[in-house]
Amino acid sequence: MRVSEKIIEGLLWLSAVITILITIGIIWVLLSESISFFQVVSLSEFLTEKEWTPLFADKKFGIMPLVAGTLLTTAVAIAVALPIGLTIAIYLNEYAHARMKQIVKPLLEVLATIPTVVYGFFALTVVTPFLQQFIPGMAGFNALSAGIVMGIMIIPMISSLSEDAISAVPRSLREAAYGMGSTRLQTSFGVMVPAASSGIVVSVILAISRAVGETMIVAIAAGQQPRLTLNPLVPIETITTYIVQVSMGDVPRDSLEYKTIFAAGITLFVFTFALNNLSFWIKKKYQEKYD
Amino acid sequence: MSKKDIKLEAQALNAYYGDFHALKNINIAMEEKNVTAFIGPSGCGKSTFLRTFNRMNDYIDGFRVEGQILLDGNNIYQKDVQVDELRKQVGMVFQKPNPFPKSIFENVVYGLKIQGIKNKAVLAEAAEKSLRQAALWDEVKDNLNKSALALSGGQQQRLCIARALAISPTVLLMDEPASALDPISTAKIEELIYELKNHYTIVIVTHNMQQAGRVSDQTAFFYMGELVEYAKTKTMFTSPKDNRTQNYITGRFG
Repeated sequence: MRVSEKIIEGLLWLSAVITILITIGIIWVLLSESISFFQVVSLSEFLTEKEWTPLFADKKFGIMPLVAGTLLTTAVAIAVALPIGLTIAIYLNEYAHARMKQIVKPLLEVLATIPTVVYGFFALTVVTPFLQQFIPGMAGFNALSAGIVMGIMIIPMISSLSEDAISAVPRSLREAAYGMGSTRLQTSFGVMVPAASSGIVVSVILAISRAVGETMIVAIAAGQQPRLTLNPLVPIETITTYIVQVSMGDVPRDSLEYKTIFAAGITLFVFTFALNNLSFWIKKKYQEKYD
Repeated sequence: MSKKDIKLEAQALNAYYGDFHALKNINIAMEEKNVTAFIGPSGCGKSTFLRTFNRMNDYIDGFRVEGQILLDGNNIYQKDVQVDELRKQVGMVFQKPNPFPKSIFENVVYGLKIQGIKNKAVLAEAAEKSLRQAALWDEVKDNLNKSALALSGGQQQRLCIARALAISPTVLLMDEPASALDPISTAKIEELIYELKNHYTIVIVTHNMQQAGRVSDQTAFFYMGELVEYAKTKTMFTSPKDNRTQNYITGRFG
């Protein structure tokens, strides 16, 4: 083998290894810092305590309020993004002309390129005041606005991946449905969507994972008050917001308060890691095989 | 023997894919409860023509049709025709078996369910009747809830035929229904066609000359978008009028 070939091969190998090393490094930092956190705070307290007040005099270390905040904003986001995203995917697949599809799809992807900080201010300064006209008791910071805007942000993720899944269904199945006298709607919902269900589920799980990890929108618009509630109208705090709050504040390094962000971080990591693996597993197990 | 009624008819039919003139001034009339075979080399337009009878080409961008297709004397390309209603009368079986990724039972009753029929007894009865007609009942009667994708290719194709029959069409279009199957499955499909013609008007596209000879009453030979010759199958295979037909059926091209 020529020397230049060897060098190139070495560089390729190196870039792969560096990526893996960085991942391992991140997990290592998360683990080691949170281990020293859990030496002070027991895991059972972390999981069962109903308050999260590490920055107060009366410190309580229950992660549940942050988890609840995260799940609440995520649930609102999916409730917005799933119906709209799936409808768009079906529209693009069954109804839109090829030219329409070529225009709409890139436009949708623009939604994904808007900086999340812009979305955050949009939620805070446009969506919340708008919703307050209809919901009088709604607080200025709340999970609903943040969740709705986050949902808008992940629409292209669901529509794009679902559309790919639906168009991967063999044309012969669509023809079979039409040949039996199905209308377009019956073909879409009776045949195409079920046949693409594994891909659609994967798109939703990845979107959930994205929403769980989303930071700026919730940090700006959802508030910073850890609260164990399912009420979307009051300020809450998500795991990501808490990490931002502490990282930017003046908490002394290596204090217990400082270490809480790693405990929160590893909780977040467990969630997204589990979700991504779940989607991978579903894809492998349930993908319909058409020769 | 009394002359049968004309079931399907094409009058001055032209079809285009964009600028490509795929079917050129086709005139043909097919009798009720007869089997008509469309033969011809690849790209001659026979499949395109078959698909004009249930307007399956409608979804292809740039496809358009001039002229008329008459089903029982009514032009199916008229503006007020509901395509989904038309396809309940004109069933289709495709080249590759294409069962839905559902159970055998759900496949057979699909067409009835989308028409809003929910009565379980009615569905079960229709499923058995169609599966018997498609000569598949004895093989699957104990496994109706099994996935259709677990069946063999030949069984899948007979399932697709059963699925098409379940909504009681009067015409059955078959687009090379046995081309993806082994010889034994092919023989079964051919026997089936022979049975089915007592109840249905069948149009079958085939590449296989022997198959056309075995199953059809009439044969139409297409070449470069034209209908070259249309005659009784026996006549066409023993004394073709056109040179091109003769060359094709004797295997000189195609």
